Amino acid sequence: MSRHHPPSTINCLRYVLIALGLLWFGLDGHAAKIGEMSDTTVLEQAGRFFTFQDPAVRYALLGSMLLGICCGVMGSFIVVRKLALVGDALSHAVLPGVALGFLWNTSKDPVAIFIGATIAGLIGTAAVGAIKHTTKLKEDAALGLVLAAFFSVGICMVTMIQRLPTGNKSGVDKFLFGQAAALGANDVKLMAIITVVTLLVIGLFYKQFLVTSFDAGFARVTGVPVQVMHYTLMLMLAFAVVIALQAVGVVLVSAMLITPAAAAYLLTDRLHRMLILAAIFGMASGAAGAFMSFLGPSLPTGPFMVLGGSAVFGAAFLFAPQHGVIMRWWRRRSRSLRVQRENTLKSIYHVLEARDFKPEGVTAKELAEKRRETLEDILGQLRELRRHDLATLQDDEQTVFLTPDGWQRACAIVRNHRLWELYLTNAAQVAADHVHEDAEKIEHVLGEDVVRQLEKRLNYATHDPHGKLIPGEADMLRGSAPSERITDAVGYGKRT
Amino acid sequence: MSELIPPFDWQQHVIAPWTEGFGANIWIVLMGFFVATACGLVGNYLMMRRMALVGDAISHSVLPGIAIAFLLSHSRGTVPMFIGALVAGMITTILIEVIHKKSRVKQDAAIGIAFTTLFAIGVILISLYASQVDLDQECVLYGEIAFVPFGEPVQLTDAFSAPVPVFRMGIVAVITLIFVVLFYKQLLVSSFDAGLATSLGINATFVHYALMCWLSITVVSAFESVGAILVIAMLILPGATAFLLSHRLPVIHALTVLMAALSSLLGLHLATWLDCSMAGAMVVMASVLFVLAWIFSPLDGLLVRWVRQRKLHLEPPEEIIVVPK
Repeated sequence: MSRHHPPSTINCLRYVLIALGLLWFGLDGHAAKIGEMSDTTVLEQAGRFFTFQDPAVRYALLGSMLLGICCGVMGSFIVVRKLALVGDALSHAVLPGVALGFLWNTSKDPVAIFIGATIAGLIGTAAVGAIKHTTKLKEDAALGLVLAAFFSVGICMVTMIQRLPTGNKSGVDKFLFGQAAALGANDVKLMAIITVVTLLVIGLFYKQFLVTSFDAGFARVTGVPVQVMHYTLMLMLAFAVVIALQAVGVVLVSAMLITPAAAAYLLTDRLHRMLILAAIFGMASGAAGAFMSFLGPSLPTGPFMVLGGSAVFGAAFLFAPQHGVIMRWWRRRSRSLRVQRENTLKSIYHVLEARDFKPEGVTAKELAEKRRETLEDILGQLRELRRHDLATLQDDEQTVFLTPDGWQRACAIVRNHRLWELYLTNAAQVAADHVHEDAEKIEHVLGEDVVRQLEKRLNYATHDPHGKLIPGEADMLRGSAPSERITDAVGYGKRT
Repeated sequence: MSELIPPFDWQQHVIAPWTEGFGANIWIVLMGFFVATACGLVGNYLMMRRMALVGDAISHSVLPGIAIAFLLSHSRGTVPMFIGALVAGMITTILIEVIHKKSRVKQDAAIGIAFTTLFAIGVILISLYASQVDLDQECVLYGEIAFVPFGEPVQLTDAFSAPVPVFRMGIVAVITLIFVVLFYKQLLVSSFDAGLATSLGINATFVHYALMCWLSITVVSAFESVGAILVIAMLILPGATAFLLSHRLPVIHALTVLMAALSSLLGLHLATWLDCSMAGAMVVMASVLFVLAWIFSPLDGLLVRWVRQRKLHLEPPEEIIVVPK
């Protein structure tokens, strides 16, 4: 079903990568060092950011965008697999690895830190699995355990490193909350390589990842090595966490995994679109975080990136066309208003029916008695009908006449109601005095094609179980009072 | 390596803390013990409700509450801090519910989004108003339990005074203990079977929110001196260790308190030896205790499992071997 999608995913991401590449190589210039920025104003800082003159700015921006892409893509997988908090545990578990990698030659060597952190992350993930399988502790406890245990070991090591003569200037504490400005050329190169590798692996095995994420059983049957796929995913997740560490910080990496992906999840139902959207959102929040933290001397990057992501998520949560809160609220509201209009129309029909459809208007007072509601409520409902051109009001808004449209809707609702009652008594053997409640609900949702099928199934019956006439198509169109039609239908409770 | 890990010296690292530094160390150990006890007891119920990570979330997200309380009240007073933490805790709980119920985002992702957002706000507030807030970023994570003894003292009797944080934490721990004893039945039933709780006349929703409120209070009174990481760890680790050692809730509670005492005491010695973060060392010791319980637990430990499995392989019970004729 999605055979042609992987290329389109790759295509789109390729353009993004080319754009990033241009940003990296195309601009060249020498400008003031980042250390001098504390005595400039916010506006000057912003100006300097957008001219991209400063290499530190370019590295910070590029790095933040790359990590946004990588985290967004990998985060999508853990969000759809309901593993969101595995990302949290994993990101805390890498800290001892970072410290060990730093100790390797007591300097901030990106490769050593990368390897150490990846190994620690994978051990952490494996420990979660082991605790889950060999004790009766549940997954959430296992995740929390591993998170706290590994992180505390990491904290102890970091505080020990800071005690070393070289340690205090090492910037190893920057790993806690992230400082994009600390990114160097080597860091960004490593990030670019990892991002490209991640995207390639995802692109090549897109179908396998898709199937394993949504239906592991089916994947196994079709010969996909589910376990291998799972561990590959975990490895790449660890990669994403580790390259994000320096800019976002250990504590908040999980947000870069979860939040952009969750926002994308609200906007689409297809995984490939979700991956692209999450990558874009991640990139945007990364860039926003790098920009914001550049404005002040000691502002950490990570929290700003996280807030950027949260803002995107908040917007998606409120305004998403399908799953957004506002659209859902609007849909529910318009549905309940429609149901109320239809109920008013139905009551008008009942009143008309009770006096054999004499061509007179129905008064609001009659309706109020029929519906057992106050006169003000009824008047409000009638005005609502007039607003939708279903009725006209006369005599100082006291008498209501249905328009042809209103008459058709009223007939349709009554028909739906009575057909359903008849169907329940005839086909489902429900007692005639139990069918009304159910029909009250279903009358508003029956579509034309279902009505046609019901009519056919009930042999075009003319009477409902209570002996009332079911309005037919001709009555609706002519605007005439429903009359006996010649049919051989037999319904329960038919009078003749 | 040698400058990183100093040689272990019994006299200097085990005896000396109690002969020379007694006056300060007793408060540190007591503080760690109170934090671990209060968090551990609350954490047991969180774990039974499979909400361990909600505890994690709340212990992160009280940060903006504390920061805003500092900024508004210009003091480190207990009352504004408690109010800030309560509000932040409630906001987290409600945010998680809203995201989870009103959209198709699952609960785990909702937790992840809610707490990281609030924590990020807290960190930004702290770095923007660093001079007013009197908290720094690292302190938020692993606290400064070593400074606890030098805090302002509360004069309890003429001869006896205790530092404010320890005093406050002690009261919170004692109240937690009283709650756990008094409302034992309510907490137990509503944790395991919300339906049964309702039929017994226990309002499960109320218990849930009360637990969350108390969690926020516990977290905030521990936060300032020991940081987020010790709180999160102590919510889960002592309880999880106790869960591996017993199946009875009263025993689990008792073991939790024991684990709390052990990890704070051993943590002090570890930190003295390695000269590292004290809160971190306490958690490391709690983790070591967990690993020991995991391996050696007589109930279901790895060793017992291994022996059981080996027996199964070596001597298949004869009576169930069916010999075909």
